[in-house]
Amino acid sequence: MSSKPKIGVYICHCGINIAKTVDVEELTRYAVKLPNVRVARDYSYMCSDPGQLMIREDIRKNGLNRVVVASCSPRMHELTFRKALVEAGLNPYYLEIANIREHCSWVHKDKQEATAKAKKLLQAAVAKVRFLEPLQEKEVDVEASALIIGGGIAGIQASLDIANAGFKVYLVEKTPSIGGRMSQLDKTFPTLDCSACILTPKMVDAASHPNITLLTYSQVESITGYVGNFQVKVRKKARYVDFSKCTGCGLCAEECRLADRVKSEFNMGIGNRSAIYLPFPQAVPAKYTVDPHSCLFLTRGKCGKSPKCVEACPAGAVDFEQKDEIVEFKTGTVIVATGFDVFDAARKPEYGYSDYDNVLTGLEMERLISSSGPTGGKLVLGKGDGEYVPKEIAFIKCVGSRDKSTGNEYCSRVCCMYTAKLAHLVKDKLPEANVRIYYMDVRAFGKGFEEFYDRVRREGVRYIRGNPSEIFKRNGKLVIMVEDTLTAKPLEDEVDMVVLAVGLEPRRDAREVIDLLRLSQSSDRFFLEAHPKLAPVDTATEGVYLAGCAQGPKDIPDTVAQAKGAASSALVLLSSGKVKVQAQISWVNEATCRGCGYCVEICPYTAIELVSVNKMGHEVNVARVNEALCKGCGACAAGCLSGSVQQKSFMDSQILPQIAALGGKS
Amino acid sequence: MSEKFEPNVVAFLCNWCSYAGADLAGTSRIEYPPNLHVIRVMCSGRVNPLFIVNALQQGADGVLVSGCHPGDCHYMEGNFLARRRFALMRELLNFVGVDESRFNMSWVSASEGAKWKDVVTGVVNNLREAGAFTEFPRKKIDW
Repeated sequence: MSSKPKIGVYICHCGINIAKTVDVEELTRYAVKLPNVRVARDYSYMCSDPGQLMIREDIRKNGLNRVVVASCSPRMHELTFRKALVEAGLNPYYLEIANIREHCSWVHKDKQEATAKAKKLLQAAVAKVRFLEPLQEKEVDVEASALIIGGGIAGIQASLDIANAGFKVYLVEKTPSIGGRMSQLDKTFPTLDCSACILTPKMVDAASHPNITLLTYSQVESITGYVGNFQVKVRKKARYVDFSKCTGCGLCAEECRLADRVKSEFNMGIGNRSAIYLPFPQAVPAKYTVDPHSCLFLTRGKCGKSPKCVEACPAGAVDFEQKDEIVEFKTGTVIVATGFDVFDAARKPEYGYSDYDNVLTGLEMERLISSSGPTGGKLVLGKGDGEYVPKEIAFIKCVGSRDKSTGNEYCSRVCCMYTAKLAHLVKDKLPEANVRIYYMDVRAFGKGFEEFYDRVRREGVRYIRGNPSEIFKRNGKLVIMVEDTLTAKPLEDEVDMVVLAVGLEPRRDAREVIDLLRLSQSSDRFFLEAHPKLAPVDTATEGVYLAGCAQGPKDIPDTVAQAKGAASSALVLLSSGKVKVQAQISWVNEATCRGCGYCVEICPYTAIELVSVNKMGHEVNVARVNEALCKGCGACAAGCLSGSVQQKSFMDSQILPQIAALGGKS
Repeated sequence: MSEKFEPNVVAFLCNWCSYAGADLAGTSRIEYPPNLHVIRVMCSGRVNPLFIVNALQQGADGVLVSGCHPGDCHYMEGNFLARRRFALMRELLNFVGVDESRFNMSWVSASEGAKWKDVVTGVVNNLREAGAFTEFPRKKIDW
């Protein structure tokens, strides 16, 4: 390489985004005077076709061998410009970006100051680019399979798309059945499709698909490796039921000593189940599971003379000797579709959720009103003789959403419409009931939403603008204290039942997924996408994609659309079969390496090892980098005592000139 | 230490969190002082302590190293290495008589554009107070 650097500098106006606060003409005049710069140009949009053409032509005509682009963040367009270099026959790593938009023009107002800073940033980029070296991008094979974490509608859809394209899928679900939150819903807004009717066929498709391996009641223990070659370890928790023998007949649950005495998670605690259970009748797989936290035999070691489920099972499927099993496999890509948790209404004590039985959350109401729910779809409260039909029903919206006091500033996007839907279902079942909805704003933004909202109002549901301050009990009735903010009148509303439209929150076990895959969170604590607009399903970890509410609150159509997007991104990788791996990795100068092994200890990926080499007749140890394992963090380079380990494109000899440029007074 | 003194700060930001956080500050148009200049590295663990000394030698009045929050490192533990190295580094700088305000560390995530502004403003304000750094002989290296 070491031909004399001939640098081209390209300064982008970015319309007026940069040019408004940075004097680009002045910057161009300054750039030409910098050492080794042959040509400097400015242009309105450097990333556009004519802009890139300008760079490519200069490389060809003026024999440039280094390029500096002063523009937006390298996180935005580094790849774009690298491609332009390749097209002009130059190694893509002879490029350096000076970030004069995000780090300069957008954050400073004074044109003089911003121009002075831009000059320094440019000077540093020019200083570094002179010392850059060409790098070769290696290609590795992509394992032709995908891991999908989470078996809700997002995970199911993504699995089906990938499996239908002909690739193997491992679908891992934590609970005993796939189906997720959607399976708990009665109807879906705004079309009032029966949720189970549109979901269960997909669940069955996923379970019976020859390309899909379903791992329910399982959790991912570890994921190592890199894009195209992830090694996955999954723990299949013991169900204490032999999968191959269980026919799903349910006799065990009927006989269980705790039958109808354990709170059902699926029914949000409104209904009960046995200790050996099927979460819901349409569960897939239709196999029973023993709940280790409630089963008498498992918690106390004793269940009568012998466990009744064992006696009851005609197939002899119940097996208390079963142990957790570890399953290991390789995948090329990972899709995270771990979903959400609903806001815990107890965190708004003023609404009395913990105190009063007739204050419910939206999801509890969903189970109560569902024909597959604990009451068979009858809207009744109380138990036994105390059973009654509520007549005055109030909904309160934005519980745990758009509420700084709970730390959730965001809108959960589904509550407005699910409230409207539940209100409609109430009116459908109890036409005489008086239904009112307390709201801050009504956000009916989706296809068919506004029409549905309009329909519900015409059905007699009253919308009252106001955020209730308190709910308490008086004479056996719930009293809602609220100000109608449209008439500026304080109200005391006596009702029989309150439904809190709780918002969506990141899953409380999201940390485990973050630790598995090094995901980032956005300020709302949902998983962070690589770019909010242009890479909404990608993550910062290559080969790992997001689908559904794990990335942020969304309704079913948006979830399915995103799942299809994530599947498509995964398929791009899987169908090409090859992927380029990180080129900016570590490198050892074996001539100066003294073999102390310090870098070996530092490396978090065990990508460096000591090997014995012959140096002028002596067998000595030197460090060597495994290029497939190195991820290019550069920690070894910072730790090397002799400077023998270096990170390509971030070598000491490349960073020190940057420091010198920035340290000097401009 | 005149009031007009404007310090020059060199900052090392990891690509995944702090650099992205600074990008977000830009995208959100959050204004902050123009005294700080960023060098992008892939991980705060890449920052050799010598870079700090070198920056001070080359004319910087202060240095900032910023990475992912502890536990959130894109490379698992690079920021822990950085934290350990710079705890020692700070002691060394203290020992040779360099004021603490010259060397700063922060954790700024990719979603903390507003925090980035606070960090920059804080560092720059402290250095405005501390004045120009003259303790090391300025050694201009012509690369």
